[in-house]
Amino acid sequence: MSASLRPHGSQGLFVTPQSMEFFRPEYWSGCRSLLQGISPTQGLNPGLPHCSYSQYLYLGPISCKEKYSFQLPEQYREMSMKREGYSTEIHIQVGQFVLIEGDDDENPYVAKLVELFEDDSELYSKKRARVQWFIRFCEVPVCKQHLLGRKPGTQEIFWYDNPTCNSNISVETIIGSVRVVALAPDEVMPIDLKNKKTFFVKLSWNEKKFKPLPPEVFAQLNKLQEDNHRYQKPMQAKTKSAESPSWTTTEHAVKRIESRHSTSKSRHTASHPVTPRARKRLELSSFPRTPNTRISPAASCASLDSPGRMKRKVAFSEVMSPSKRSLPDGFQTSSPALKAPEKTGEIQHSCTKDAKKTSPDHGMILRARAPALKITETSEERTLTPIGGGRKSSVVPSVILKPEYIKRREGKEPEVQDEAPSTSRIRRKSSVLTLNRIRQQLRFLGNSKSDENDEEFLPAAEISDCDSEEEEASTTPLPRRTPNSVSRNLRSSMKSSLQTPSKTPKKTPEPRTPRDATPRIRSRNLTAQGPTNMLEEARLRLHVAAVPESLPCREQEFQDIYNFVESKLLDQTGGCMYISGVPGTGKTATVHEVICCLQQAAQANEVPPFQYIEVNGMKLTEPHQVYVQILQKLTGKRATANHAAALLAKRFCTQGSSQETTVLLVDELDLLWTQKQDVMYNLFDWPTHKEARLVVLTIANTMDLPERIMMNRVSSRLGLTRMCFQPYTHSQLRQILLSRLRHVKAFEDDAIQLVARKVAALSGDARRCLDICRRATEICEFSCQKPDSPGLVTTAHLLEAIDEMFSSSYITAIKNSSFLEQSFLRAILAEFRRSGLEEATFQQVYIQHVALCRMEGLPYPTMSETMAVCSRLGACRLLLVEPSRNDVLRRVRLNVSQDDVLYALKEE
Amino acid sequence: MSPALASRFFTTSATWKTRTVNFITHDDKILRERFCHQSPHGNLFGVQVQYKHLIELLKRTAIHGESNSILIIGPRGSGKTMLINHALKELMEIEGVSENILQVHLNGLLQINDKIALKEITRQLNLENVVGDKVFGSFAENLSFLLEALKKGDRTSSCPVIFILDEFDLFAHHKNQTLLYNLLDISQSAQTPVVIIGLTCRLDILELLEKRVKSRFSHRQIHLMNSFSFPQYLKIFKEQLSLPSVFPEEIFAEKWNENVQSLSEDRSVKEVLQKHFNVSKNLRSLHMLLMLALNRVTPSHPFITAADLMEANQLCSMDSKGNIVHGLSVLEICLIIAMKHLNDIYEEEPFNFQMVYNEFQKFVQRKAHSVYNFEKPVVMKAFEHLQQLELIRPMERTSVNAQREYQLMKLLLDNTQIMNALQKYPNCPTDVRQWATSSLSWL
Repeated sequence: MSASLRPHGSQGLFVTPQSMEFFRPEYWSGCRSLLQGISPTQGLNPGLPHCSYSQYLYLGPISCKEKYSFQLPEQYREMSMKREGYSTEIHIQVGQFVLIEGDDDENPYVAKLVELFEDDSELYSKKRARVQWFIRFCEVPVCKQHLLGRKPGTQEIFWYDNPTCNSNISVETIIGSVRVVALAPDEVMPIDLKNKKTFFVKLSWNEKKFKPLPPEVFAQLNKLQEDNHRYQKPMQAKTKSAESPSWTTTEHAVKRIESRHSTSKSRHTASHPVTPRARKRLELSSFPRTPNTRISPAASCASLDSPGRMKRKVAFSEVMSPSKRSLPDGFQTSSPALKAPEKTGEIQHSCTKDAKKTSPDHGMILRARAPALKITETSEERTLTPIGGGRKSSVVPSVILKPEYIKRREGKEPEVQDEAPSTSRIRRKSSVLTLNRIRQQLRFLGNSKSDENDEEFLPAAEISDCDSEEEEASTTPLPRRTPNSVSRNLRSSMKSSLQTPSKTPKKTPEPRTPRDATPRIRSRNLTAQGPTNMLEEARLRLHVAAVPESLPCREQEFQDIYNFVESKLLDQTGGCMYISGVPGTGKTATVHEVICCLQQAAQANEVPPFQYIEVNGMKLTEPHQVYVQILQKLTGKRATANHAAALLAKRFCTQGSSQETTVLLVDELDLLWTQKQDVMYNLFDWPTHKEARLVVLTIANTMDLPERIMMNRVSSRLGLTRMCFQPYTHSQLRQILLSRLRHVKAFEDDAIQLVARKVAALSGDARRCLDICRRATEICEFSCQKPDSPGLVTTAHLLEAIDEMFSSSYITAIKNSSFLEQSFLRAILAEFRRSGLEEATFQQVYIQHVALCRMEGLPYPTMSETMAVCSRLGACRLLLVEPSRNDVLRRVRLNVSQDDVLYALKEE
Repeated sequence: MSPALASRFFTTSATWKTRTVNFITHDDKILRERFCHQSPHGNLFGVQVQYKHLIELLKRTAIHGESNSILIIGPRGSGKTMLINHALKELMEIEGVSENILQVHLNGLLQINDKIALKEITRQLNLENVVGDKVFGSFAENLSFLLEALKKGDRTSSCPVIFILDEFDLFAHHKNQTLLYNLLDISQSAQTPVVIIGLTCRLDILELLEKRVKSRFSHRQIHLMNSFSFPQYLKIFKEQLSLPSVFPEEIFAEKWNENVQSLSEDRSVKEVLQKHFNVSKNLRSLHMLLMLALNRVTPSHPFITAADLMEANQLCSMDSKGNIVHGLSVLEICLIIAMKHLNDIYEEEPFNFQMVYNEFQKFVQRKAHSVYNFEKPVVMKAFEHLQQLELIRPMERTSVNAQREYQLMKLLLDNTQIMNALQKYPNCPTDVRQWATSSLSWL
């Protein structure tokens, strides 16, 4: 739907100083890779993007061809572009930033124009340009995106520092100029900028890692930016459109539709050859518009005031029908209709903003909003139906639109693969987004019955959607059903299926337990409160359960595991890997992240699809249960352990039984040890079968587990692919904390430094580190007087927390014990000193005890009392005592060092 | 207090005596309940900081859905259960919380393995409704069912679950610590919000946890250490004994409380309490003392006196084995004295019946005039009686064919104990007493 907002059509290009103009009568949709050979990210993309190209005509003097044929390429300072039917010209100088057509029209490539020249040796075009590329975040390979370690800004791009990339392009691919602002590393990324045509560059990307901009580049960019600014001013005055290079006015759109349809009707004329590709696109983009055009009068008449808003939408959705209308009619009245969806988007946006503002009691507002949402959604759904059903479309994820498909996803979400064979990277990205949103939605389906909870999530999703909508509207000058809009439609149809259960009944999750019981905890009526102040926010982020966007400090391990699994997937073989490390070093989290990335990559068809299964030795009652769990997760079948083992062996060891690779994560491997080690043996034996296509990742704590507990035949099958997660160092722990607390200023820098060092010295356990910090925020909250504005967490708070968690309580226990207990401990020390042993019978100590009491002038302690004292001390393990069966002959030993006891007693 | 004085208080009717009985049974009931049950109604003594920590934690779980784990550590009788009961009571009084929270109470002494514990959890979470009337399925099925159930939830939408594990240390002895691992793992992952509260008296509890279980535990600990001084102890004594102001007969309650006040200022009472305080600081033993004193209150003796307390204290600090010795016959006493001498001579080496008999014979032949020379089987019988009373203990287990006369034994009494018992022993013959003081006195 949003595609109809895009202007499109042919553009003219003029290159000065030669008065050589040539026309591109047909919309030119070639991709960069065709023209220049290499795109920045292309090397990593095995699936070649769909390329088609159109022809274009030179109307200028042809003689220049001979003129420049044997000379060095002529260089130019400036070029001008002209669009057909307009007198507007866009001048672009060398050194300015330009948008360049790519394989994704929504996100055209960004580059800096370095030089303009003519070259006759090229086959297709002789007007060439050399550029310095910039790269968008979405163009960075998926598996490397986490290296950024933060969320990219919406308009953030990266200086592409890769000399191997071809920077020679054809001038025709330039579609407009753009503003790029270089930011110093410490500058904050501007977020709410009106102008979506401005990009920000902060870092450079060299295919390996993100680095700050080199200073000279930064200076250069800043200078250019000023020039650019100066240059842009007169330009805008000249051009008719509001934002110079982005032709978003509806007027344009209408004109272009007109021209488009006429061209598509006239088919191949001599002067306007149309490629099949272009035609397909036209049909696509024009099609969803058709129903809209019918209701456009109504829509345009309706006022956008709040009472009328909903009414109008009702009309909007009801009048629509999938019947095709004649085209002239369509484009005559199209412009108001085209506006309508955009307006709806805005309304939603404002609604969600409202809801967000009044979040504490958003119930009412949300309820008010709900019908509006619903109506829009249904309308969108209906618009979509003809495409999905009636048409053979090239829009990739359109299959997802069908409700049945959604249901299928519910069932086996992780294995869902993108069906379209040739998708570009950006689309994949968007489909990943889609998947995430679906997951979010499914979580609603699975969990929350109460409406409040349902709607609590909606604002966020809606806002992000609206954002993308806006961005789309302003940044993409080329029309197409963009992946974003698809995902949006998908989501809306999902929502409608949620709200109208009669249409698409909710499918219950697969029965897992006997008698088809659904395991679930009762849901709550009272809504969980969100954080209200900085410290609570920090505490939420510091909880171990809060999953970070990416795992800092485990890049190397991530890459190794990723490469291992990816290579196995690509080779379609199996293998084992053993991962060890002390608890709390991120083993399981890293593997989860790898699997997540691989699943995204599988979505994007970069790696073959695979099935992921996870078992945990600690979550089994006995080792053989692992078969049952694997079988159940693999096929959904239930069986006894022996039967499951047989079935799995059959599956993994016989020819051609499995189509896709299985990735199996076995956590806490050491608990699968049995006397015969048959469980481990089987787990490591299956991957060696060629047909199994099983990748086994095993995790345990001890580094030498294979050598220590496994038989030779088992450890031999495990192989030597091992990895050890070292405990985090203090700098890594600090980085982890900082990454979690990025936007929350709740801790003093020294405090973070302190806790990182303390924990690193103690264990290097990240969980400990987070727990200490969480406790410190509580202490800070308690200690501060003003509850509404608590100060920062200081080192004092942290020290208190550390002290509370790790200080041995023995000494306080001794200090707080009763007088008789203390003197009994003294008697023990005296007895030890007398005998020279570290052990004594109760009777011996009792004699000492009586003597001590007599010395201190205390009443004589009876045997029963003293025995009770001894038992009490034994119960809290200050003493180690034999069972009471031995009575006075029971042996007594100290569980604390003698020095500690002396110290504790001396303080009195 | 004389009946005449009492009648002045209860002048309203002629049946003042029955009414007094009623009051006393009533106040008896109140105080007994206070001493015997760890009711959450009483006041907290010196644990306000810990209480605040715990209640904040519970509130955060109940209201914000934050998962946590915490251990409450303190010696027996230090008020761990009382603390948690108090906190739960306050939590439940917050509006909207009580119906939004699930509680699971487990005790390591009852749920002795993970299988039973899992069934109990499932039952208490009312998940069994889904399964049937009772918890079906094997251990493995139960575990995966429960984990699945807890995994389905998330922070904002599901009911928080409070797990209270009493005798937490015993759970650490379960095989592989599966239950603890899974519970703590849930508390550290984005699943159903849970708070796991462990109560234990063992200070070394963290050393019992396996390293991966330990890593998942948040290391929050609340220590209850009975860290009050004697003046506070005295105050507690006063508060525990006072009657509430809502007592039906106000005049009696007033009088009672006045009496308690005067008791707490009495020197001998203070001495008794100080002595008790020196032995043990926990409140449970104080309750025991007060209970014993309270038992002496009757209609004719309506108020506790210092003498009652002193007597109660004596009862409390009585030596149990010494009391047993009091009840022995002279022959048995003689045997014990013989054993004592053997211990002195052979330095704690074990002895057998024959050695004791010989020692006894020596005493009887040389010196004794008051002690009859018993036959050997009679002495053997007395010896066996001592063994039954566990005053002596065989070194090894008794085998059938071993000769009982030669079985090695050890005495479980201390010298001072024997001497003290002898001093109190009624009608003890003088020569026996002399023999007891010195093994050489018969020469």
